[in-house]
Amino acid sequence: MTLPRDQASVDPAEVAKFEAMAAEWWDPNGKFKPLHEMNPCRLDYLTAQIAGEFDRDLSKPQPFAGLRVLDIGCGGGLLSEPMARLGAEVTGIDAGGENIPVARAHAEAQGLEIDYRHTSAEALVNEGAVFDVVMSLEVIEHVSDPAAFLQVCAALVRPGGLFLCSTLNRTPKSFAAAIVGAEWVMRWLPKGTHDWSKFRTPEELAAMIDATGLETVDRKGMVFDPIRWNWSLSDRDLSVNYAMAAVRPA
Amino acid sequence: MDNGAGRGIFGRMSNDTNIAIVGGGLAGGATALALARAGLSVTLLDAAPRAVLDDPAFDGRSYAMALASTRLLRNLGLWDALEAHAQPMQEIKVTDGRVGDAAVALGLHFDAAELEEGPMGYMIEDRHLRRAMLDRLDATPGITIRNETRVTGQSVGDSGATLTLADGTTLSADLVVGADGRQSGTAQRAGIGRTGWDYPQTALVCAIAHERPHHGVAHQLFLPSGPLAILPLTGNRSSIVWSERRGLAEEIDRLSDAEYLSVLRPRFGDFLGEISLAGARYTYPLNLTLAQSFTAPRVALVGDAAHGIHPIAGQGLNAGLRDVAALAHVLTAARRRGEAIGSDAVLDRYARWRRFDTAALGMATDLFNRLFSNDSALLRTARDLGMMAVNRLPSLRRGFMREAAGLNGDLPDLMARDMT
Repeated sequence: MTLPRDQASVDPAEVAKFEAMAAEWWDPNGKFKPLHEMNPCRLDYLTAQIAGEFDRDLSKPQPFAGLRVLDIGCGGGLLSEPMARLGAEVTGIDAGGENIPVARAHAEAQGLEIDYRHTSAEALVNEGAVFDVVMSLEVIEHVSDPAAFLQVCAALVRPGGLFLCSTLNRTPKSFAAAIVGAEWVMRWLPKGTHDWSKFRTPEELAAMIDATGLETVDRKGMVFDPIRWNWSLSDRDLSVNYAMAAVRPA
Repeated sequence: MDNGAGRGIFGRMSNDTNIAIVGGGLAGGATALALARAGLSVTLLDAAPRAVLDDPAFDGRSYAMALASTRLLRNLGLWDALEAHAQPMQEIKVTDGRVGDAAVALGLHFDAAELEEGPMGYMIEDRHLRRAMLDRLDATPGITIRNETRVTGQSVGDSGATLTLADGTTLSADLVVGADGRQSGTAQRAGIGRTGWDYPQTALVCAIAHERPHHGVAHQLFLPSGPLAILPLTGNRSSIVWSERRGLAEEIDRLSDAEYLSVLRPRFGDFLGEISLAGARYTYPLNLTLAQSFTAPRVALVGDAAHGIHPIAGQGLNAGLRDVAALAHVLTAARRRGEAIGSDAVLDRYARWRRFDTAALGMATDLFNRLFSNDSALLRTARDLGMMAVNRLPSLRRGFMREAAGLNGDLPDLMARDMT
């Protein structure tokens, strides 16, 4: 695995700035609070799907040892780090170049080895890279051509490998929760973070995934309970946030 | 590739242990067992020398373990050693009695026959619990016990905390658990303040042997001076927890055993026949101390370090074990997800879970004590009416019983079901 060791050439003032941003990404009560609150639920989904597909026991140390995992849209590394801690060889890519040194700084402080790159999924396809697991969470609703994006993601999954994604449904409830609630009322997210008309229903997403040659194998809702103030997985309620798993036939 | 918690990169050493527990008492020991069960490496630091295991003499100390707590002990593998020594509490009788009052007309009566889960709890002697705990700690891989090890310093970094020990060496951990009691040095070093207050009362504790059998009935008598509990031990023995005004308690404490018994005897009548002392006598000035937070960066508090409550209903150790079970629940889930177990995000979940429960318990216990330690006619009438209402309403009564059994609220896995 190539290790990004270009920090040596970076100006110390820049490093300090990235460390401050890393602190922001990783502050559970900071700017990314909603993501932190949702993260355990997302990780429950990801770890259960990966463990199931590759027959791994989550109660054992390093259950994902030997698995190559790609995290598309890795941000500060909120998913990449747990995957690495579970033993996976993780590559994290992000189109936002400023996130990469931030994620690197944090992983380094944690003693985790993660290959973070400022690159695109298309570029990885051109390199001929393939992975056991490709994940892209809360990304699809931000890309201009989801069908084309999913084609690229699918091309990175090896035969017998797993693709995992999550996004927002297009329902009146998701408009109320994600736009009115999260952006306008609670100000959890900056206004304009989401464009509701770009949201895809589970049926639309499944059809797009199946068109890539992958086979969708699971879908679950991620439901926020404002009384208990936590997120949980649901088999039935996919009306706002949901996640999906697909495999490439071997 | 192996790049997890065991080993760092960039030449960085990873932490010496996942969890450093400060304090080797019952809360610390239970934490060690619960976290080792989750696959974490644990180092247990105790300032005291190693306890002598083969010291079976009864010293008079015992615990009223709620059903939820006994489930935890079962899941931690202690129950096989304890079962033969545990006295089930089949019934609890609550009496608003004044010394000399004959009738128990307005008493409360809780019978485990109304509770599907079985007895509301068990009485377990300290010597048996400690011995079972030490045996289990010794037999559990992944637990390192360091006796006569005092912590003198504590610092927090990006990937863990470092403890400085009295011998000048250091120990780094992903998370430090403070199980070091009411005067928790761990809390102090983490900058966690405490609030609390003293009660003008002192608890007198002793064990008695009695002529007649107790039939597994626990009695709680509310006397004008304070509450008196008679809790059944195995055989014809009971544990007495008895509160008096501080000055009077000090006088009673100075009495000879025979004089002590002559003061105690009229307070609960003669329904158990002749009584004699069956162990040492203890006194505990009553006070309540709450840590202002359950957590600090890389630090979590459990047991008395987080909340030392009035021992009025034997809820102190039970509340401590509930901390242990909740912390184990949160950390087990976090570890399986690959989260950093000592991170703020993970510790926040533990703090939020326990904060509400504990504040409510401290306040309820305090209120209960104030209400029942008062001899004003008005309060007496109010509580008698309240007891009558509880007795007449089975649903309300079951609610109280489930509370006493520790079954109410959001139960951590280790207390919710048998996981052995």
